[in-house]
Amino acid sequence: MQIIVAGNKKEVQDGLKLTELFVQEEVETPEYVTVSINEEFVPSERVKDTVLQEGDNVEFLYFMGGGSNGTDR
Amino acid sequence: MLILKEEDYKKICGHAEAGLPNEACGLLGGYEEEGNRIVTDVYLLRNVDESREHFSMDPAEQFAVIKDIRSKGRQLLGNFHSHPETPSRPSGEDIRLAFDPKMNYLILSLMGEAPVLNSFHIEKGEVEKEEVRIV
Repeated sequence: MQIIVAGNKKEVQDGLKLTELFVQEEVETPEYVTVSINEEFVPSERVKDTVLQEGDNVEFLYFMGGGSNGTDR
Repeated sequence: MLILKEEDYKKICGHAEAGLPNEACGLLGGYEEEGNRIVTDVYLLRNVDESREHFSMDPAEQFAVIKDIRSKGRQLLGNFHSHPETPSRPSGEDIRLAFDPKMNYLILSLMGEAPVLNSFHIEKGEVEKEEVRIV
């Protein structure tokens, strides 16, 4: 089946799980990634049970944060 | 090399100064060409931490930016945040929370008389400074 990942069309196996897509896309820290499918957030508790469908548009978004705390002056 | 328009550089500085005393943050959209990363759009986001020493972005705002970037046929190139009182280099927290090695991580320091902007590649705890050209 074909899905869109981060704006790019990809051919993947039917019934691919979201967690399997993490592996294929080399997402090393999935616990710090927010996912949307077809512009809907996937709650973290549903990530492991989510199965992708033909045409799904998947976006991964890494947590973005940090700060100056700990920077030498 | 990261290439940033002068007007976008000023936009980042303005956002950082308006956010004082707290850190400010945002995202960069653009494209790659001949090994360079060209910024076409700067997005100013809220620092949901509202802190002078930390920043976090709102995922909903981030996704809205991603949607806009995709609609323009661009890609997410990187993010920026300000250091109001410290130099333009990543803190331990910045390094620990840099999860995406495909991103340029820009830090704008406001500690001196003039702002200082640097870009970094951060991967698995290793930091490498990248060239930035403002045009």
